[in-house]
Amino acid sequence: MRKKGFSVIGKPLPKVDAMAKCAGETVYADDLNLPRTIYAKLLRSPHAHARVLRVNPERALRLEGVYAVITGKDLPEKFGIMPATQDEEALAVDKVRYVGDPVAAVAAVSETLAEKALGYIDVEYEILKPVLTIEDALASTEESQRIHTWNRRANIQKAVSLEFGDMDGGFAQSDHIFEGTFFYQGNTHLPMEQYCAIGFYGPDNKLTLWSSTQTPHYLHRALAKVLGLPASRIRVIATPVGGGFGGKSDPFSHEISVAKLSMITRRPVKITLTREETFYVHRGRHPVKMWMKTGVKKDGTLQTMHFRSFLDGGGYSSYGLASVYYTGALQTVAYKLPSYKFEGVRVFTNKPACGPKRGHGTPQPRFAVEIQLDEIAEKLGMDPLELRLKQLTEANSITVNGLRISTTGLRECIEKVAERAEWKKKFRKLPFGHGIGFAASAYISGAGLPIYWNEMPHSGVQIKLDRSGGITVFCGSTDIGQGSDSILAYAVAEEFGVDPADIRVVTADTDLTPVDLGSYSSRVTVMTGNAAIEACGKLKKMLLEVAGEVLEVPADDLEFADGRVQSQSLPERGISFVECVQKAEAKFGTLGATGSYKPPKHPANYKGSGVGPTPAYTFTTAIVELHCDGETGEIKVDKIWIAHDCGRAFNPLLVEGQTEGSVYMALGEALMEEQIFRKSGLHKIPSILEYKSPTTLETPEIETILVETNDPEGPFGAKEAGQGPLLPVVPAVSNAVYDAVGVRIHEIPITPDKILRALDGRLKPVSVPDFQFPPPIKWQPGEGVQVPQKN
Amino acid sequence: MAVSERSQKRKKRRNSVLFEQGAGKILLRLKVNGETREVATEGSKTLLEVLREDMGLTGTKHGCELGECGTCAVLLDGESVLSCLMLGVEAGDGEIVTVEGMMQDGKPHPLQKTFAALGATQCGYCIPGVLLTAKALLDKNPHPSRDEIRQALSGNLCRCTGYTKILDAVELAVKGAEAP
Ligand code: FES
Ligand code: FES
Repeated sequence: MRKKGFSVIGKPLPKVDAMAKCAGETVYADDLNLPRTIYAKLLRSPHAHARVLRVNPERALRLEGVYAVITGKDLPEKFGIMPATQDEEALAVDKVRYVGDPVAAVAAVSETLAEKALGYIDVEYEILKPVLTIEDALASTEESQRIHTWNRRANIQKAVSLEFGDMDGGFAQSDHIFEGTFFYQGNTHLPMEQYCAIGFYGPDNKLTLWSSTQTPHYLHRALAKVLGLPASRIRVIATPVGGGFGGKSDPFSHEISVAKLSMITRRPVKITLTREETFYVHRGRHPVKMWMKTGVKKDGTLQTMHFRSFLDGGGYSSYGLASVYYTGALQTVAYKLPSYKFEGVRVFTNKPACGPKRGHGTPQPRFAVEIQLDEIAEKLGMDPLELRLKQLTEANSITVNGLRISTTGLRECIEKVAERAEWKKKFRKLPFGHGIGFAASAYISGAGLPIYWNEMPHSGVQIKLDRSGGITVFCGSTDIGQGSDSILAYAVAEEFGVDPADIRVVTADTDLTPVDLGSYSSRVTVMTGNAAIEACGKLKKMLLEVAGEVLEVPADDLEFADGRVQSQSLPERGISFVECVQKAEAKFGTLGATGSYKPPKHPANYKGSGVGPTPAYTFTTAIVELHCDGETGEIKVDKIWIAHDCGRAFNPLLVEGQTEGSVYMALGEALMEEQIFRKSGLHKIPSILEYKSPTTLETPEIETILVETNDPEGPFGAKEAGQGPLLPVVPAVSNAVYDAVGVRIHEIPITPDKILRALDGRLKPVSVPDFQFPPPIKWQPGEGVQVPQKN
Repeated sequence: MAVSERSQKRKKRRNSVLFEQGAGKILLRLKVNGETREVATEGSKTLLEVLREDMGLTGTKHGCELGECGTCAVLLDGESVLSCLMLGVEAGDGEIVTVEGMMQDGKPHPLQKTFAALGATQCGYCIPGVLLTAKALLDKNPHPSRDEIRQALSGNLCRCTGYTKILDAVELAVKGAEAP
């Protein structure tokens, strides 16, 4: 039916909520004020590792205006985002595992009083020695040193080992073998909006929870479990999220606590965390130590790769099970690898739990891979771009670990970014102190599997058409600033040939909207877009039937355009969209339809193969040009060019925005951001002032190049843009530093002191622990299920 | 920044003294967005708290309440100030403009238009502070260079945009002002 181009897709339209945000009218969680609201505060542990012997709230409860105090005893049910590792408690039951771990919650008439009441809660701790390093965590055998007891041994949450193809042969055939160690420091999301939630257990015995969350559906499940309420009596509303980046994707203590406090007090209970507390909630980037060994032919062809990762997980599992697999899953996606071995381990330490931050588990290995490739190219006397261009993975291919690649624009990304940055003119030709570096990467457009196993759709959309011509789209997706509400409006407007501004979007409300799994893993555009198109398709069928009858035109000659349903051959023969809807409502009754989306199956079927598959991979390349002062070690980034294969730019403004934001965030990680702790386990810098992040002054000009590959699995061909573009920037900075001053920095953040030490030959290589990984699960390509390809 | 943190601590101390001595509520008269309004409030409240909690002007956001992020910026007599760092009573004589006051006669300010049009708002949480800081700049210097814009906005953290589209939007508003 579609003969012309798009009328909405690909256009630089404003977001549907843009003016509300510019007018200060968007209602974020902390802007909500319900009548009779009381305020909550959490009492947090001052110790990194301790047994909680006794919590006595009596003195606090005696204060006038304090309505309730709850402790671990009130919420003993464990929870956690991953079904297999439910090791969190809303309030510590018998143990605290990091400085900041919540122990009790107070509800009082004012925030000030709630805060004061915390001082009247008596807690008796038995202090234990904190475990703070990966090495200590692997070695802690004594019972008192074990942070959890559910895991099999020491402080190992999960150890995995996977082997694909012929490793021995791969190394035997190699002319050169490269080995290196790397360290990617942990850092945090630092969204500008602090966490905030409001719980209200109403007179109808139903609970409503408003929260700044990226995953209302998973939160809904956790609330039901911990509070012991039927999920059908709980409503979760995700308020517009003031920045997430993965940090608001777990169910949290503060959310469960306000719900419980409201069940006790029967009043709305609100909590807004301080900035300091957001550093304790964390769930940010895992610090990861890595070891990597790669075999190559003389001409640079990769023969095999063996990769090990050691993740410092902090006090709880969070997404850790997925995180550890993600450090190994995507190495095979950008370049052809005939064999590959991955070993990874995630440990518990007495620090705030790590989790998913933009790129979830993949920026760390990408850092190692892209630096080592740069070193290989250097050794073989090749241009690093040529080395990569020799061995890019292809469209419609399957990787050695069983991942299906549908489309790839990596070649074009490399060529375009090199051309714009004038790579050939600059690489190894700039004067000392001035350098340029390149890296490439691959990422997923949504996880192929849901977090809890089920056969249901990952995304559902419901559309209501009414006789006014109004279109309302209902979807559980959560707008965290990436523009997911706008994506729904654009998709539906394109399908019905109307203006996106005429569409109402209702999202992120578990009572009103069909389930969408949440804003994580860069899944939203692909999954909600496809679900929306399916729902539109059902309605269009009805509309075309009546329009065909009225206009006496065959339905396949009709199109939706300019607010009309009209003949394509004789455009003057048409009716308005409103009239068409009215006629359809007369014929079929009330008009509504649903659409669903579930990702396609992947060939891989080994244990652990749930992490890595996706509807479509995206590819990105970055070139960083910088100045590095050989005297002071200071780095000034001059410019970053970034090319991203986004499938199709749904809205180029939004895709560029995601790309620029990713580049910025990567630069913060590469140069300055770090989540660091004292020997006691105390966070060293839990404030915006001390936790350095780039301002306008440190952020260079960013030139974005969008490459379109029109993926058959994507809605209108679109793939993700929110996370992939972060990945290549960090190693490209390190590679540029080498080009500028001739030293390799294998750890981030790349600070002036590290550069100076490296220049003096005093920067030690990263040490990795000696650890016996479990015997590998071996899998050969071709062993998996056969999957049909879409065209 | 270190200085402002110290003064913040001093203020907090003074506030708590006021509060504990039972200073109770005071009647505060503020001129906000051209309207003179009176609220009964605690003298210890920051301007941010008075605006958000007592006046219902929740367009002004907060990211730290310690003077470190720029999210709470409002205009006081045309200057961009951090509303988390001053008391409501300290703003008594001035003219305050918050993001809600940027629209004039129901029409968006040119900056609001260009920010919306260029996709300069992602989560939008930093945007009220950014818009007001940019407005203060343009009111004083209608034709700033990109570097001057960068400088003026260097105290406003944004974690979403990489600042690129924010700078573009301010530049576009500058150009728009030149258009006939
Ligand atoms: S809230 Fe005022 S500067 Fe951060
Ligand atoms: S738009 Fe989200 S912090 Fe600036």
